[in-house]
Amino acid sequence: MKILLPFLGVMGIVIVAFVGVEMLNLQYLFGVMIPYTAFIIFVVGVVLRILKWGRSAVPFCIPTTSGQQKSFSWIKRNRFDNPSNNLEVIVRMALEVLLFRSLFSNTSTALKEDEGRLIHQSSKWLWLGGLAFHWSFLIVLVRHLRLFLDPIPSALSLVEGMDGLMQLGVPVLYWTGLILLISATYLFFRRVVIPQVSYFSLPNDHFPLLLILFIATTGMIMRYILKVDIISVKAFTVGLFSLKPTITHDLGLIFYIHLFLVSVLLAYFPFSKLMHAAGVFLSPTRNMPNNSRRIRHINPWNYPVKVHTYEEYEDDFRDKMKTVGLPLEKE
Amino acid sequence: MSNLKPDELSKINYMPPEEDWMSVSVQMRKGMYCHGASENSLKTVGFPNPRKWSSAEADWKLPDNWQEIVLKGMAERLEKYRSFHIFMDICVRCGACADKCHFFLGTGDPKNMPVLRAELLRSVYRREFTTAGKILGKIAGARELTEDVLKEWWYYFFQCTECRRCSVFCPYGIDTAEITMIARELLNLLGLNIEWIAGPVANCYMKGNHLGLEPHTITSSVEFLLDEIEEITGIKIEPTFNRKGAEILFVTPSGDLFADPGTYTCMGYLMLFHELGLDYTWSTYASEGGNFGSFTSNEMGKRLNSKIYAEAKRLGVKWILGGECGHMWRVLNQYMDTWNGPADFLQVPVSPITGTVFENAASTKMVHISEFTADLLKHNKLEIDPSRNDHYKVTFHDSCNPSRGMGLLEEPRYIINKVCNNFFEMPENTIREKTFCCGSGSGLNASENMELRLRGGFPRANAVKHVKNKYDVNMLACICAIDRAALTTLMDYWVPGVKVIGVTELLANALKMKGENDRDTDLRGEPLSGAEDGDAKEDSEDV
Repeated sequence: MKILLPFLGVMGIVIVAFVGVEMLNLQYLFGVMIPYTAFIIFVVGVVLRILKWGRSAVPFCIPTTSGQQKSFSWIKRNRFDNPSNNLEVIVRMALEVLLFRSLFSNTSTALKEDEGRLIHQSSKWLWLGGLAFHWSFLIVLVRHLRLFLDPIPSALSLVEGMDGLMQLGVPVLYWTGLILLISATYLFFRRVVIPQVSYFSLPNDHFPLLLILFIATTGMIMRYILKVDIISVKAFTVGLFSLKPTITHDLGLIFYIHLFLVSVLLAYFPFSKLMHAAGVFLSPTRNMPNNSRRIRHINPWNYPVKVHTYEEYEDDFRDKMKTVGLPLEKE
Repeated sequence: MSNLKPDELSKINYMPPEEDWMSVSVQMRKGMYCHGASENSLKTVGFPNPRKWSSAEADWKLPDNWQEIVLKGMAERLEKYRSFHIFMDICVRCGACADKCHFFLGTGDPKNMPVLRAELLRSVYRREFTTAGKILGKIAGARELTEDVLKEWWYYFFQCTECRRCSVFCPYGIDTAEITMIARELLNLLGLNIEWIAGPVANCYMKGNHLGLEPHTITSSVEFLLDEIEEITGIKIEPTFNRKGAEILFVTPSGDLFADPGTYTCMGYLMLFHELGLDYTWSTYASEGGNFGSFTSNEMGKRLNSKIYAEAKRLGVKWILGGECGHMWRVLNQYMDTWNGPADFLQVPVSPITGTVFENAASTKMVHISEFTADLLKHNKLEIDPSRNDHYKVTFHDSCNPSRGMGLLEEPRYIINKVCNNFFEMPENTIREKTFCCGSGSGLNASENMELRLRGGFPRANAVKHVKNKYDVNMLACICAIDRAALTTLMDYWVPGVKVIGVTELLANALKMKGENDRDTDLRGEPLSGAEDGDAKEDSEDV
């Protein structure tokens, strides 16, 4: 059920696009109005969500310290796992966001039951799969800019050139498209196959993965199998991008399906766990330096509390204190 | 329960059950949870909803508007803690944390996977605070806050020691300790704490320490230790209490005064300070470094912690020295100055012996005993005979809080390497920031939940067993009072033959004091190394 529902959901999206474009001829709706709306929902949604998080206070300095603190000059400290200033925090965050450093040090634990022994081993598959997925997705996205920009910046051509280094016939096969498909498939299957992961996975974990898998697949189909007329697509997307949308060409059904899937992903993004992309930057355990003994951190909502004062304490125990000769404020 | 033999208890099934986790109600197993908080303890500190109730009974005597109270509390905390707000939203359930929790590894209960522990709360958050959850319900991972759910919270959030191991591995730094702290605050709004926490909190509030030691009991406890020291070293030490004008206020967990092996560590402090001729004093009012308040609510943590600065101010000391304690140092490192600072009536700590300025404590004005001692050893200010610890083969347990909430990793190791000749590290995936919890932290070291503690301590014990088999390790060093209590029980069960020791006790064994007798025993009265009969005695105890 957890997998079937999201799968049916994604299939539903495909069917809606099919019916809308192929049977009802709603090209303008699916080509222009929905993408624009989705994009607006995406931008406004993400901004609102970040603002909402931003309104929550950061009352305490609570970094997870994953390395030696800064103490004496003669003790080697770990600047990036236990940063002591903002610059080191930036490096820690950059390593985290760009290279998934925490996942790199992931372990897996197995129980040797006959010996009653736990074995903790390095486990890098999730790191590798996650890194491959996110980087290839990013490069695929960047490559898509060629559809929106005219003229195409040379840096972009460089990315494409690198990506297409594996020249296999025409059109050039992009590495990243393939890696995206493989890594997303891996991430999906590990959710299904590993019993624990499957146990705690929710429909809204499967849905975005399936959505992205469908997007990647329709993209590949468009490029390598059905071969959509790229000139028409570019004319259309440049029009979208320059806010002069027109639909003059026949763009092909598969293109509309692809575009509708992307639109759904965009609109879904701000309401889902996909917001981890933005949230990771705001995580207090990672984005703060461990310097709260050196520099006082201020809690914006700190308030006075009722305490049991020394005077009250002495009143409670004066006689007993006196017997054992403890100094007193009042005899 | 603990009736189970270790080889039975270590048969753990990690396969999750068939049914969806949302649709099964909590099965509270005896031995896995603590007694509920008593009416009196809660009343003493003015906690809400004090009443007679029992977690073992079906009716928890909740107030009529309990849901409203919890949801209002949740809404408030979403605004007050960005950590909570972010951690509710951005988990992708990648599973990196799943096999990191000692309670999961020890029980196989999937709700002890940090991801799922958080989902217990997140599911209600989605239902009440997100659009998708309101509309789509279960499909969006949302569920209603029912009495069953509340009981599940109580059961599992008191099966988390806030050790933060999961946070190290999470790509977003999602910290279950933060989530557990909030969850416990919410439960606390309904008077649903546990007595093992609520009792010490009430004690600490009224009497200054968790154990409820009154001023005269504190001094007599210390006097007893002084007699022991005199017997071993021939040196008579005369510490002071509540003395105005001392240079340094010393604060340590009250557990150090109370039971073996913590008392030996306490003797170590006394001997070290005497040898240095330190101008310091103890306080009977601020006689607790630990803070069980922080296991109930931020506010209670602050209320208990306030005594340390207040007393430093009253006594007019220059700075504060803190003993070996786990969560005390997380509180000091991350909360104290924010709660009860600025400590502008104190001075930046300077070691009177070495002249070292503790720049890293420039604002809190509080120095960790391991920092203080490592500095002394670095400057050769102590005469040390490490061979006096030769009857020990030592390994070191990084306490969760000093490692993952502070980054105090090297200082204790530096000391151990100076004061003993046989030091062996446990496997690298089980030490430093990846250290495993003792299984009894955050107020869970009661006796009625012994099975939980033994199970939770299984991964730690396992790593100790590894070095015992490999290097014949017989001593587990640590810098935490709860460790000293909890690990002792844990070792006796899982790794018999291994004892537990504070780093300052190791130091004091090796410390050659001016004018001392020829010592022929360590602080525990065991014959010093070289003496063959000493080894024989250890061995006979192991059998």
